[in-house]
Amino acid sequence: MATANPVDVAEHLRNLPQGGALALKMGGAAYADNYLAALAAVLRDYAMEVDGYSIYVSITNPSLLVNSLLTSLDIPADRVFFVDAISHIMMAGQEKIPNASYVESPTMLENIMLRVEYFLRKSSAARKIVVLDSVNSLSIHNDAGILSEFFHIMVNNLKSRGITIVILAVAEEMSPEMDNILSLVCDDTVVLKATGEAG
Amino acid sequence: MGTAPAGPTVLERCRTGIEGLDNILDGGIPRGNTVLVSGSCGTGKTTLSLEYLVRGALAGERCLFLSVTEASRKILQNLATFEFFDPRTVEERKLVFIDVPILYEKLGLSKEELSSEDVNLLVLAISRLASDMGVQRLVLDSITSVCYRIRHEENIRDLILKLGKSLSDISCTTLLVSEIGPAENRYSLYGVEEAIADGVILLGNQQRRGDLLRTLKIIKMRGTTHSRAQYVIDLTPLGILLAPFLKGGRSGDGL
Repeated sequence: MATANPVDVAEHLRNLPQGGALALKMGGAAYADNYLAALAAVLRDYAMEVDGYSIYVSITNPSLLVNSLLTSLDIPADRVFFVDAISHIMMAGQEKIPNASYVESPTMLENIMLRVEYFLRKSSAARKIVVLDSVNSLSIHNDAGILSEFFHIMVNNLKSRGITIVILAVAEEMSPEMDNILSLVCDDTVVLKATGEAG
Repeated sequence: MGTAPAGPTVLERCRTGIEGLDNILDGGIPRGNTVLVSGSCGTGKTTLSLEYLVRGALAGERCLFLSVTEASRKILQNLATFEFFDPRTVEERKLVFIDVPILYEKLGLSKEELSSEDVNLLVLAISRLASDMGVQRLVLDSITSVCYRIRHEENIRDLILKLGKSLSDISCTTLLVSEIGPAENRYSLYGVEEAIADGVILLGNQQRRGDLLRTLKIIKMRGTTHSRAQYVIDLTPLGILLAPFLKGGRSGDGL
């Protein structure tokens, strides 16, 4: 497990084998900074460099919010598709974004896999990156048994097809079971520290 | 020197074109099989059948959709919302739609109940149509609606047996859509259809912690080794996608 500054995350991704899986843990103390830094590193610095398209599985924040952050981070919105599994259950407004597909609940894990698959097939780009935000949010709605099964199937399926996957997590809120499953399915784990934060 | 024993015969497959389904069928439906596609309303029976035909037409096969209850015009309108559909398949008559009530009218089958002779007449008409057009894939949506007009079980048996045989003789792979209630513990309304058909694909709604998941399971398929697991399906604009049903959670009653 490595500790990295935001600027190093893209480097970690570059060093992963094609079809690698990275667990990206963010320290809770500077979560907001870390979260933005993680988005910038994965969706801008890495994905755009490899001319890839990103599929962002949005469970922590509605896709509408994440989509609005893309502009401020200079990430072209047409480079990111969203699988949004939180807006519907939040009964959040009716405003929808065209590059999102909505799953009714974060408990419908198979449907999350299927919508990811839908966007993978829809995009003809050679490089695709799947970002799952986050393990902690999924843990609120699902028990460890079914989540382990979900990660095991989904991550291995993506890896076998050469698709890079980044799984976001809040380090301090990880249960031992989820830590174990991430260790099992991910090739690398990085704990993100905001610049200046004690490592 | 003796001749090496021949291995088991591998039947030619009709690839449905639905990738996940072909995978769990070990390459597709054995060509010439008659398969029941069973499920309650809203489970995706018609969508699966239509995608099967469109994919076949795109692969150059002649495909026929026989619609009993819904007008072809309306089915085509719905089909146009799918990205896998190419209207040229219809223009070039690779994919043909026929409304069965029109067929009934032409055959003079206006009585409420179809007799044994009427059943024979219907089977003959469909078989000739398929043979004359060189149909390789056929869907009858639904066999249940045809059977509503047949009172005697032996006539239902006759219809499916004779239709299946005549279509199999011309190597036509047929899907018979079967409508069942949400909580029925069988795959067809009359119980006869599932025994005669070569295969049964069961579509359903599985409840898990309040979520209603669309599911698919292969109950039987003669001539192939197939998965017996349950899958979750999604009816996307790109077509039907399958994912394994996760067992970690508690599952409720099948609906």
